[in-house]
Order: sequence, then C-alpha cells, then structure tokens
Amino acid sequence: MKRSFKYLFENKTAIIIGYIIKISGTVVGLFVPRIMKMLIDDIVPIVKETGDWTEFIGFSLFMFFCALFDRCFNVIANRRAAKYSMLAIRHLRYDLYKKILSLSGKKTDEFGIPSLVSRLTSDSYNIHTFFNIMQRMGVRATFITIGGLIMCATLDPVLTLTLVATFPFVFGVVFFISKKGIPLYTSVQNAVDKMVRIMREDVSGIRVIKALSKEDYERERFEGANSETVSEELKASGVTAISGPVISLFLNMGLVLVIIVGAYRVNSGAIKGGTIIAFLTYFTTILNSIIAVNRIFVNYSKASASAGRIFAVMDAEDDLKVIPYSGTASKNAPKIEFRHVFFSFSENKEDNEEKYVLNDIDFILEKGESLGVIGATGSGKTTIISLLMRFYDPTKGQILIDGRDIKTYPLNELRRMFGVAFQNDIIFAEAVDENIRFGREISDEDVERAAKAACAYEFILGKEAGFKHEAAIKGADFSGGQKQRLFISRALAAHPGILILDDSSSALDYKTDADLRENINNDYSDCTLISVAQRISSVMKMSKILVIDDGKIIGLGSHEELLKNNEVYKEIAATQLGSLL
Amino acid sequence: MAKDKQTGVSKAVEHARDPKAAARFLWRYLKEFKFLLFAALALTLAANSFALIGPRLSGTAIDALRGKGDVDFDIAFRYAGIMAAFYLISAVLSYALALLMRSISQKIVKRMRKDVFDKLMKLPVSYFDKHMAGDIISRVSYDIDVINTSLSNDVVQILASIVTVVGSFVMMLIISPVLVIVMCVTIPVSLLYTAHMTKLTRPRFSLRSAKLGKMNGYVEETVGGQRVIQGYACEDVYTGRFSDVNVEATEAYYNADYLNATIGPTVNFINNLSMCLVTVFGALLFFFGFMTLGDITSFVLYSRKFSGPINEAANIFGELQSALAAAERVNRILSEDNEPADLKDALELTDVKGDVMIENVDFGYDPEKVILKDFSLEAGHGKLIAVVGPTGAGKTTLINLLMRFYDPVSGRILIDGHENNTVTRKSLRGSFAMVLQDTWVFGGTIFENIAYGKEDATMEEVVNAAKTARIHSYIMRQPQGYDTVLTEDGVNISKGQKQLLTIARAMLNDASMLILDEATSNVDTRTEKKIQAAMEKLMENKTCFIIAHRLSTIQHADEIIVVNDGRIVEKGRHEELMEKRGAYYELYAAQIK
Repeated sequence: MKRSFKYLFENKTAIIIGYIIKISGTVVGLFVPRIMKMLIDDIVPIVKETGDWTEFIGFSLFMFFCALFDRCFNVIANRRAAKYSMLAIRHLRYDLYKKILSLSGKKTDEFGIPSLVSRLTSDSYNIHTFFNIMQRMGVRATFITIGGLIMCATLDPVLTLTLVATFPFVFGVVFFISKKGIPLYTSVQNAVDKMVRIMREDVSGIRVIKALSKEDYERERFEGANSETVSEELKASGVTAISGPVISLFLNMGLVLVIIVGAYRVNSGAIKGGTIIAFLTYFTTILNSIIAVNRIFVNYSKASASAGRIFAVMDAEDDLKVIPYSGTASKNAPKIEFRHVFFSFSENKEDNEEKYVLNDIDFILEKGESLGVIGATGSGKTTIISLLMRFYDPTKGQILIDGRDIKTYPLNELRRMFGVAFQNDIIFAEAVDENIRFGREISDEDVERAAKAACAYEFILGKEAGFKHEAAIKGADFSGGQKQRLFISRALAAHPGILILDDSSSALDYKTDADLRENINNDYSDCTLISVAQRISSVMKMSKILVIDDGKIIGLGSHEELLKNNEVYKEIAATQLGSLL
Repeated sequence: MAKDKQTGVSKAVEHARDPKAAARFLWRYLKEFKFLLFAALALTLAANSFALIGPRLSGTAIDALRGKGDVDFDIAFRYAGIMAAFYLISAVLSYALALLMRSISQKIVKRMRKDVFDKLMKLPVSYFDKHMAGDIISRVSYDIDVINTSLSNDVVQILASIVTVVGSFVMMLIISPVLVIVMCVTIPVSLLYTAHMTKLTRPRFSLRSAKLGKMNGYVEETVGGQRVIQGYACEDVYTGRFSDVNVEATEAYYNADYLNATIGPTVNFINNLSMCLVTVFGALLFFFGFMTLGDITSFVLYSRKFSGPINEAANIFGELQSALAAAERVNRILSEDNEPADLKDALELTDVKGDVMIENVDFGYDPEKVILKDFSLEAGHGKLIAVVGPTGAGKTTLINLLMRFYDPVSGRILIDGHENNTVTRKSLRGSFAMVLQDTWVFGGTIFENIAYGKEDATMEEVVNAAKTARIHSYIMRQPQGYDTVLTEDGVNISKGQKQLLTIARAMLNDASMLILDEATSNVDTRTEKKIQAAMEKLMENKTCFIIAHRLSTIQHADEIIVVNDGRIVEKGRHEELMEKRGAYYELYAAQIK
C-alpha cells in the first residue's frame, strides 16, 4: 500500500497545497458556529441594551463570508483531491499495464490472464476510491479531531486527558481491524477473480454451451462462484463492520469516565458543570470525525488488499534477463542454432526428467535455408518457437541467432527480427490495415503487398471500407481462413528476417495455401522461413525438416532424404499424399 | 461492424438516462427483502433513539454536579452507569444493523449477478458476436460492485438521516414556527440545487461507467493478446493506446468527481447560510420580544442536528448517482431481447432420424450483406455430407443455421420433416453433436471437460472416449491425470490436444447428427489416422456434416458440396467431381502444387 501512496505523492507540492487549502477552509468553517455563539450570547444582549446594530451586522457578514470561504476552499480542495487521485491511478494503471505486457510467458501463466485483467480494473478502482475518500474526508476529519481536542484542552486539561486515555484503545481497534481486513479482502478479490473467469469462459464458449444445452450447468457453476464471493465478502465486511460500533462504544465510555472524573472535579471546585456541557459539544464533533476516520480505514483494508495484488505483478521478476554481449559473431555463423536445448514448464527439478516438453533439441539452420517442423499434436513444435522468440528460457542448453546467444539481444531487438503468424493469434477490434500494421511503422504499400502475398487482398477489398474496414470483436466477421490470412499478412508486412508460420494455414484450403506459399517464395525470398505444420505439403519444400515426436528430434533432413530413411515421416506422407506420391 | 464495436459504449452515452427506471430497477430488488429492510428500519430507529437518549441522560448526570461541594455522587454515578449500558446496547444494535444491511445488500447483489448470468445464458449468440467480453464482464464485476457499496453503506445512512431530520424538524417547529419559515427558504434552495446538480452529474456518471467498460474491453482484448503483442515487439504502441483509453476513463471519472465535489461544500454552505439567517432573524425576534435567548440557542442546536444528515446526504449522493448509473447498465443487459422463445406448441424432437433438408435459404449477419444465397441441401439419414470450398465461402455460417444460433432471412430448414423453428431449441441442438474449429475448454478438470455433454458419464466411459480419441496418454502424463484442471489460456494444452479433447467429448454425446467443422485441423495426420476408426464409429448411423480442408479425409463422403460465395457450385461424389475437373478438382490438385 505504501507504494501506491508514492503514486499519489508524485505531485507532492500540489497535494500539500491542496491540503493547506482544505485545512484553511475547514478552520475558517469552524469559526461559523463560534461567531454564532458569540452573536447570540454576547452581541444580541448588547444590541437589546444599546440599540446599536453595527456590530451585529458586521459579525453577521463576517460569519457569512466565513461560510462562503469554507465552501469555496473545500470545493477547490475537493476538486484538487479528485484530480490528483485520478492522476495517481492513471499513472499506476499505466505502469501496471506496461508491466503486464512485458511479463514473461512463465509469469503470465502464473498469474493467469483473467486475474491480470481484474488487477488492472477492479483492483485499481478500489485504490481510486480510497484515495478519493482519504483526501476528501481524511484531512478534514483529522483536522476537526485535532481542533476539537485543542478546544477541549482549553476547557479543562484533566478531562481532556481522560478522554485521550481511550484513544490508544480506539486506534488500536482501528488498526487491528483494518489489518485483519486485508487478507479477508484479498480472499474476496480472489473469489471475484474466479467468478469473472467463469463469465469470461462462458462468453467465449457460448456456442458449445448452447449446442449442448448446458445453460443450467453453467448457471450452477456460476452460482457456486457467486456464493463463494458473497460469503467471502460477508466474512470480510462482518469483521470490518465491528470497528465502527466498538469505536463509538470506547469513546462513549470515555465520556462516561469524563462525567465521573468531572463529578470529582466539580466537587473540588476545579471546574463548573457548564464546562462539561461545552465539553460534550466538542466531544460529539470529535466522535463523528473519528468515525469518519474509521470509515477511511475500512476502505484502506480493501485498497490495501488490492494494492498487494497489483504490486505482486509489478514486482514479478524479469526472469528474461538480457546478458551483455561482447565479441563479434563471424559472418559465416549459422542463422539459427539450437544447442542441446531442454525445456520444462514446471520448475521442480526432480521430476523434470520425465516432464521435459523439449528433450535435447539440437540443430543448425544455415543462412539461406528454410526450416519445416512437423510432428504429432502436442509433440512440442510450438514450444520450439516460444523458446526461439524467448517467451520462455530453456531449462538447459543454448539458442543462437546469427551466432549470438539470443539472451544477449535486447528483447525488442530480438523479437523485431521475426514475423510470426501464431496459432492463437488475435484480431483486434480495429481497422484491417491497423491489424496488419499492428502498431508498427509500415507504409500502405507494404501493407498491401503483404496482404496480396497472403492472398488476403481480395477479400479485404470485398469489404465495403476495404483496408479501413473495422474488424468486429475477435474478428468475428472473418472466417477462420480469412483470419489466418490476415495473421500471415501481419507477419509479412514488416518484411522480417525470420518468418514463422505456426500452423497458420490449417484453416486454408490447399489451393489458397499453395498460392500463398508460392507468393512468399517469390516476394519474400530473403526471409528465413520456418514453417510449423501438420500438413506435409506445408513443409515439404523446406530445405530442412525437423520431425519431432514427444519433444525429441527423430528426423532431420530434406523431404527426399526423410522419405528414404525416416519411417514416421514416410507414414505421415503416405497418409496425406497417398496416391499422389 | 464499426458501430457494433461501439455498441456497448455508445449506447450508454446516447440512450436517455432514465434515473426513475434505474431506481425502479433497484427497488425491484429491494422490495424482495421488504421484511429485512423493515427490520433494518426498526433497528435504525432503536439505535438512534438510544443515541438520542444518551445526551439526555448525560444532561441529568451533569445536573447533579451543581457546584463545588454540591455534587450528588449517587445520581451522577447511577446515570453514568445507565449511560454506559445504553451505549453498549446502542453499539450492539448498530453492529447488528450493519450486519443486517450487509447481508441484505449481499443478497441483492448475489441475486443481481445471478440474474445477469442467467440472462447471458438466454441471450442469442449474436449478442456475444457483437459485444466486447470485457464490457459484459465489467457489468458484473464493476457495476454490480458499485451498487453493492452504495446499498450497504448508503441505505443505512439515509434511513438514519430521515429519523434525525424528522425528529429535529418537529422539535424546531415546537420551539419557533416563525423561525422554521427561514428553513422553508433554505431547504427548497438546497433541494433545488441538489436536483439541478443531479441533472448535471447523471450523464457524467453514466459516461464514467461506460468509459470504464470500454477500458475493460480494451484491457481484456489486449492482455489476452499479450503474447502476440510481445511477438511483434510493439508493447510500446499498445501501451500508448492503453494510455489513451486510460486517460479517457480517468478523465470521465474525474469529470463526475469534479461536479460532485462542489455538492457537499455547497450544501454545507447553504446550511451555514440558514444558520446565519436563523441567528439574524432570531435576534430580531428576540429584539421584539417574541423569543427568549435560550430558545434561539436550542433552535440553533436542533437546526445543526437537522442539517448534519442533509450534509451527509449530499456526500452519499455521489455514490447514489454512480450506483444509479451502474444499475442502468446492468438493467440494460437484462432488458436485451432474449433468444426468441420456442413456439408454444414447439415439438420435442425425439428419436431423431436425421433427415435434414435445407430449402432456398438466404442469410446474412448484416441484412444488407447476404452470405448464403438460395442455398438448398438435402441430407438423408446416415448420410455423410462434406462441405468444401475456399475460406470465407460461408461454410461456418451453415453450422450457425443448422444449430439455430441464427435464423435464416428466408427459406427453411427441416429436420425429419419438421421446420426447425417449430421444435424446441434444446431438443434440436441436443440432436447434434459438434466439434468446432475454435475448440473450447473451461476451467474445470479434464474429466469434467470430456463429460461435459453427458451429465451422468462414468469415469470408465470418459477414459474410453479419451483412449479412442488418442488423448489418454497425454492426460496420464499430467500431474493429476483426469483431475488436472485446465485453464482457458492454459499453456498445458495445445490446440490440437484441445481438439482431441472435444472429439472425446462428442463421443460421449449420443446424438443422431454430427457436425465436424475443421475438427482435426490442428491434429497431425498420424494421430488423425489413428483416430480414424474412432471417428468412423462416431459417424456411424449419424447424418454428418463435415467441413474440412484436408480433402483426404472426405473422399468417402456420400456427397461433397463445393461452396463458393454462398452458393453451391458443384456437388457429387469424390470420383465424379474429380472426373469433372471443375472447382473440386482444382482444390484437390492444389494439395500437391
């Protein structure tokens, strides 16, 4: 939580000025009742006697201006408070978003996308609410409490000390309860995460749910998460709700003590009964402000739980460290080299042996060569790409591009070498050309050229607005094959050094697929092409083909070589090409 | 489609914001708990009375402290004791009240979330094609949460305020009806001002909810695509765009706060003003002998008590405004049109044979853009129909129509001779098993995911299905086997494995028609071959619609239909079409090009 305050206090001077405005407004506001008391107690009787209204009118006007001053300064201060909490949240959210986009694959998996989304949204709202309340109520309440205590002290120090004696208990309760609240609200947020996750899943899987008429089942599943959230929330608020009544009780007991002590002091003649009455008036003010302070602390628990979740992400270690590079790679170094690469998603070293997703991947791709990767579902093909692009680091072994360990490239520089059509690629709800350009600086000509090569040009122009056509959410207005061609256009657009097509023509008919590959060969011949596929026709033209099975390389060579000496490859070829062989 | 993208957002801004409708909507939920609310009111009254008695008791106790050496300790202590007891009771009561209100608001919120979710299950598929998931979710997470906060805090406050306001007003009326006239000036000013501000702030609060929804949508979309963004090293660009959305959202938040920030101090000012007036007029009244000084003092004390809650009310007011804006958004999703209900006399399809007739169907998602034109197709019981054609030709649309996710614009679809809109959706959809290109798994165990289509599936059945779908050994390699929990964005499962999983799911589904939309596009051919026997068994005795690009898998189809541009351009058996050397032949030959 402390660290989220840093965001608030970025504009330290401005904030302090705001507090000064707030405090002066509040203090001047406190004059109003005092002047009124003076008017009624002292001045009105004088007027009655002398008939001189000037003093009365003067003080009335003064009272009016104090009220006006109070109002204006509080408005200004509140606006400033709103402004600076807004700026703080804006900045916090920005940093969090930036961090999330830079998380390594491993860290993202650990947090989970839905949870990351809710940290960016509902957790940041919680902090925003707290900042607002704290600045608007907190300063005022604190100051009124202090002011009230000073007033009390001028009335009678002994009675004030009696009241102050209850403060340790009062603040003890406030701190204790708000501290207890933090883990409880963390559980609430986690339960909300779960609930949101189910919604998210169901929104994306609505077709399957409807097809299987599982609406009732999903309702129950959601109801379970809903009930859990409610019960966590009740648990948390049940605890935090204690503090309000307990604080009033303590303070009121302090008041009872004041009366008892007061009885002795009146009896000894130290004070008069009237003093206790005045004391009571201030006491009520103090009580109300302390209760307001307590409300701030309840919000604090909630915000603090959220801050914990947010900073857990911010603190996620950058596990993809860039190693400084020294030395120069020889010009003849191979384009891509995998040196005995092992990889496992789990960190547990003991059971790694069996759970290696990639097991001793070792190959060299020279400049000018192209690579095909083929293998069974789940054999680890995509993982090879994930490692090459450094979404994950290998558990063991080394990967080199142009003779340089990929760990020595700054991540941006490394990834800019690639153009990839991912398996789980996404169309964003923005214009088609923007989807292809994807935030990079690419000229219209290059976008068009890429779209033409990817056989996407025609259907794009078929849309009313052509390249300016706004894609629907998740590209719902494109068919699976059209989407894949847009992904390929995106991969080609920057004319990358290494072009990766990861199973990205699975929804294309063979004719389109073949045209597309021919176009790439012609127009993008200087790209090192890596083609990961199930279809033999997508890899057979590559100069080197890796046959992967269960995370291991079981064949490496050209189409012809593999047909001769690799049983598995032969089998794949036979099933797919059959009589055409 | 551009306008669709905006629907969630722009609607919120355009639509008349009707606070009464939103309040009615909230009341609909509140009145469900009438009795609990009544209990809360009773508790408020009790807790407040105890709090009001407190000062009187202390007054009596203080009266006993008459002066030096003249203190009646007996009375002082007795009343101090009674005070302590009263405060204790009052504390217990207010805790009970807080708990009660929390439980009411949680009950309401729970009901509301359930209603929204139930609604989602009833909405037509087209709703989900048009709205950002993030914006939909934001209604359940953010908007309902805002309502929750407001209900659990504000309602108590309002109830308590009413009690105090009414009490003090009566007291003031007793002391000096004339001075109350002053209040009759300032209270309406207060009210008018508040009403005026309401009008001004409401659109801002609606905009704030809408902008937050938009930001959620953006976050949902781009954080979901984080890998792709990283892959293109364009984090900065997307962070920059997020910054814009974020600025918009925070700006809207601030704009609402900005206006709202004036309300509290202003109402406070009006109260102070009324106090000034009371003093001045009180002085006049005193001057002309209509009032005593003591009366003025107590009148002022009560008017302070009176204005306290009004002041507080102005603070709560902001929260209420945002709660109303949130309620409106929730209400809007609840008042979307459901998937049209089944006809009253809709038929329950039983013992479906699987005779499918599609007659002269025209269809387009956008009425102006036709995707299927005069589409007709006949698929008798047990027939295997393969649909091929270039991508984007409308093949997947066919499935949307068969499953009745969408209704055709014209023409009709018959199942066993019944028009498909005359039978219940449940029985219609239940008679299809389906494996889609976009596979879907949910955050449950592998077992639950496979057994999804068959409620009473046993472990044995699930394992058998997994074995025939060749996914069993992968499952056994997972740390918890069949109890391994899958996640939507999980890394522990590839697309191909997801397809095998959904095939296993379909195997457990005893339907008489089968739809395979690129069901094995991400499964390697060796595995595909291995599951071939299982697939054939799956297709046995079923009317099958297969959409595939790997033409090798459909050579034995009873009829192959070549679709282009929403029309059937060729149909026949593999051999016939190959001989014809037309569109199909071209597609086929392209495989080895």
